[in-house]
Amino acid sequence: MDSFGSDYSSGTGAGKMDTGTIMEQVKVQIAVANAQELLQRMTDKCFKKCIGKPGSTLDNSEQKCIAMCMDRYMDAWNTVSRTYNARLQRERARM
Amino acid sequence: MADFSSFDMSSASSTENADTSELQRLIAVEQQKAQFQAQVHNFTDACWDKCMDKPSTKLDSRTETCLVNCVERFIDTTLTITNRFSQMVQKGTH
Repeated sequence: MDSFGSDYSSGTGAGKMDTGTIMEQVKVQIAVANAQELLQRMTDKCFKKCIGKPGSTLDNSEQKCIAMCMDRYMDAWNTVSRTYNARLQRERARM
Repeated sequence: MADFSSFDMSSASSTENADTSELQRLIAVEQQKAQFQAQVHNFTDACWDKCMDKPSTKLDSRTETCLVNCVERFIDTTLTITNRFSQMVQKGTH
């Protein structure tokens, strides 16, 4: 993943962008990277869960399993995110 | 940007530097968010394997509880190992 490329090599040089534009791009790139990460891990997990013995096609039940697995993976991701965030909050309050 | 502490960096030309440090601050915030998300990916990966049976039409409460416990215990494990390891290093054992 070669994002964060040369576009923002130090402030100098031609075509200075304002802070808002740069941040916009930073946010988009992080969001894309996050989506790619999710996609990759989800594919990995759902392939393992749903495709036992690879047949000559992706059959109907496998496709259903994949759809369900994707939904559950995203549920799990959200649950984990909420839990981790709450824990961070608690740890911060303790300090 | 309620931070004009850049005044004590006297030699620097003001607006440009204020801009740069503001940008650095904003990027640091985004970096932290990205780090959080990366950690969530790791936790989900590990806890999915521990908690998920065959995916069904809903995330049932048993699985949800398992996920919550899994994340909490993973963090506890990290803290325990970090503490014990630093003790080991301090005592110079091993």
